[in-house]
Amino acid sequence: MKICTIRDLLDAHVICGEERLGDHVYSACGSDMMSDVLAYVKDQAVLLTGLVNAQVVRTAEMMDMHCIVFVRSKQPTPDMIELAEESGMVLLASDKRLYEACGILYSNGLVGNKVKKENGV
Amino acid sequence: MSEGLSFHFDVDGEDFTSAGQASVQVKKDLRRLGLDPETIRRVSIAMYEGEINMVIHAGGGHAEVRVEEDAIYIILEDKGPGIADIEQAMQAGFSTAPDTIRSLGFGAGMGLPNMKRYTDDMDIQSTVGVGTRITMRVDLPR
Repeated sequence: MKICTIRDLLDAHVICGEERLGDHVYSACGSDMMSDVLAYVKDQAVLLTGLVNAQVVRTAEMMDMHCIVFVRSKQPTPDMIELAEESGMVLLASDKRLYEACGILYSNGLVGNKVKKENGV
Repeated sequence: MSEGLSFHFDVDGEDFTSAGQASVQVKKDLRRLGLDPETIRRVSIAMYEGEINMVIHAGGGHAEVRVEEDAIYIILEDKGPGIADIEQAMQAGFSTAPDTIRSLGFGAGMGLPNMKRYTDDMDIQSTVGVGTRITMRVDLPR
């Protein structure tokens, strides 16, 4: 799924990373606990969260994620936007709740644990 | 034996917002060395968890990342309160972090187990009232 499709499905606005809206992502996860994201998430490119602090961006960067969607009308702070721009990450904001936003993406084919197979294995 | 390349960082314990800066820098440095992405990811996640722990529990500390021929070593040292029961601290879900930290998205008791999970070896030396030294090793793919 392209990141611009996520934007459209969630009726989200783009905070930064406009130039990467054409990137493809294959999986996503939703959580407000960064500890859990670091513990249980593997090869997921999109993080949906209602948590707003710099550690959200750093956690996503550590996990090699491409895009963060802030739900429940949460707005990232200027220092978070700066961090995201430095690492080339797309930030989106939607007024949907976490459960609803995850459900919309899932039902449109963006899965949770299934990862793109490498080398056809 | 050849001398490995090493990076040193002081981890500021004053400000939770800045926690993780050293890990972000390590990730950039390792990318510059051309190491494979999965190794970089494992090293930076393990170090990030360690850095967060140092800020939450120990008021900061010192981190060293050493790139050797076969593996990357992460050494985290602090002069914090120490870990009284390491076995208990290693249990997933056990945490002594305050609620303020939980509201910031951490303190779920996954830090140390996660560090172990993402590395090939982890050693914790800790003395109550003196501090903690954690050494982690991530093997480089052959």
